[in-house]
Amino acid sequence: MTTDAVRARRMPRQTRLGDGTWGWLFSLPGLIFLGGFLILPFFYAIYLSITNQKLNSPLPVKFVGFDNYSKILQDGDFWNAFKNNIVFAAVVVPAQTALALWMATLVNQKVRAANVFRGIFFLPVVVVLSVTAIIWALLFNGDSGLINTFLGAISGGALESRWLESTTMALPAIIIMSVWQGAGFQMLILLAGLQDIPQELYEAASIDGATKWQQFLYVTLPQLRNTLIFVITVTTILAFRLFDTVWATTRGGPLGATDTMMVRLVQTGYERKQIAQASAIAVVFFVVVLTLTLIQRVILKENRD
Amino acid sequence: MATSAAPLPEAEATTAAEHSGKSLKTRKWTTYLPMVLLSIFFLLPLVIMFVGALKVDDSVLADGDSLRAFIPSPFDGNNFSKANDRAGLFTLFRNSVIVSVVTVAVGLVVNSLMGYALARVPFKMSKAMLVGIIALTIVPFQAVAIPLLFLVSELGWTDTLYVQILPFIAQPLFVYLFYSFFLAVPKELEEAARIDGCGPVRTFVSVVLPLAKPAFATVGILHFLQIWGELLWPVLVTTSEDVRPLPYGMSIFFTQPPISWGDLMAYATVTTLPLLIAFLFFQRWFVQSVARSGLKG
Repeated sequence: MTTDAVRARRMPRQTRLGDGTWGWLFSLPGLIFLGGFLILPFFYAIYLSITNQKLNSPLPVKFVGFDNYSKILQDGDFWNAFKNNIVFAAVVVPAQTALALWMATLVNQKVRAANVFRGIFFLPVVVVLSVTAIIWALLFNGDSGLINTFLGAISGGALESRWLESTTMALPAIIIMSVWQGAGFQMLILLAGLQDIPQELYEAASIDGATKWQQFLYVTLPQLRNTLIFVITVTTILAFRLFDTVWATTRGGPLGATDTMMVRLVQTGYERKQIAQASAIAVVFFVVVLTLTLIQRVILKENRD
Repeated sequence: MATSAAPLPEAEATTAAEHSGKSLKTRKWTTYLPMVLLSIFFLLPLVIMFVGALKVDDSVLADGDSLRAFIPSPFDGNNFSKANDRAGLFTLFRNSVIVSVVTVAVGLVVNSLMGYALARVPFKMSKAMLVGIIALTIVPFQAVAIPLLFLVSELGWTDTLYVQILPFIAQPLFVYLFYSFFLAVPKELEEAARIDGCGPVRTFVSVVLPLAKPAFATVGILHFLQIWGELLWPVLVTTSEDVRPLPYGMSIFFTQPPISWGDLMAYATVTTLPLLIAFLFFQRWFVQSVARSGLKG
């Protein structure tokens, strides 16, 4: 340290710019990128959503007010996609959170090889979603996929299904592959929360004669509340962003069974070149995300008081 | 551990022993059985992928109904080159590497500088800017993808590598993660450097950066995971194989009949293996990265 300090003193003084200038200079690259690729397009989305802009079209642009929004809100396909997002969230959020919490409590025990199991549970997180979708498409194959083989063996064929080709079972298949890929991420966040719980609380509870299950209910869950709220909110928002697994396999089909808001966004804005209407979908999507985030903030604040 | 158990009441001694996992055999059993079953659930699809990549196309699907699904026989070592011939596997791999590496490298510089300025170089508007960054963490990329598509196609930027890089460099969440890291670094070292006449640049490079390796690893890993898997943006802005990344290439390959499962699994393996190897070597860093990403709320 001292030698460094001496060396520094001998250095010729840098040009004397005030901290204020340096602060701006350090922030400048970030500001340019965020401004150009996030802030500008964000407001541009709102603007485009009240016009009739199309992609690669020479036609003059005019304002159409809320036409795009009323078109979306009267569009059965949009509501079907929105409903799929809700169903997906309603199943994945509790299922994945419960699974992640269970795995976190399992690997949080001081047993041999707990770290190895933690690594295995996390492994699918490094498998990107489109790869996840392709592998599970093989497992879910209706003719001789591993899952049908297994289900056929234990149920005598009663539980077999066409999965991704079936209007009723395609969404459940998408749900299962999403949980497989995502549970490890939540597990690690919950594990960090578990390790922050003071050990004394468990000791005190067990002196009072609490069983393991009671300790989980009255110590673990309340202590983990904020982490759980965070995990639940993030998972819910991710549910409304559902795209990769669907796009890689069913493209929203069969007959809209796996259609989602993001699939509609791409099909409307890119394939049908309706930039304005897709922008309106983006704005609706943002309002959903914003609402979920605000609900989370309110719950967290109540908890602090 | 159960070291202090002796003088304590019986109830507590039991719990301490249970926490150390050294109590009844039945307890171990109820811990390990679910862990082993869960491991099978998480590992099996990956095993199927690796085995499929080394198998004759028709057998990958046909063997799905028996234990032969786990044996790479009849063996076929040509799936990788076949996937390359049919879907430009190696070109797409190169594209993915360029896009991911450049995005993360430039992103680390841009995001860390901004995070440092907000945490340590007080300037007018820095408080307001911080509030702005936190507000922006709420805006998902998907909400701006369509207007951005319109802008880049007006500019003629579509179907290039850089159009896949530029939008993902600066990210509010990463700026915020750097900000909270730098805020936690003891101020004294920097103050000493400043008193000795170091400007903000020199202080940042020679005093702060060496301390910030964990922050760079954390953000770098999260950033790389995100870019390597990105599908929506490439779907919107790429049309040719020369610039397309792996995830998009694979989804196209999957929709081109006839589906050759061996080639597809080879494709999946090439996409997965780099991250998998990185994870096996740097598991500790991955674990910390994800745990830290949850500190936000």
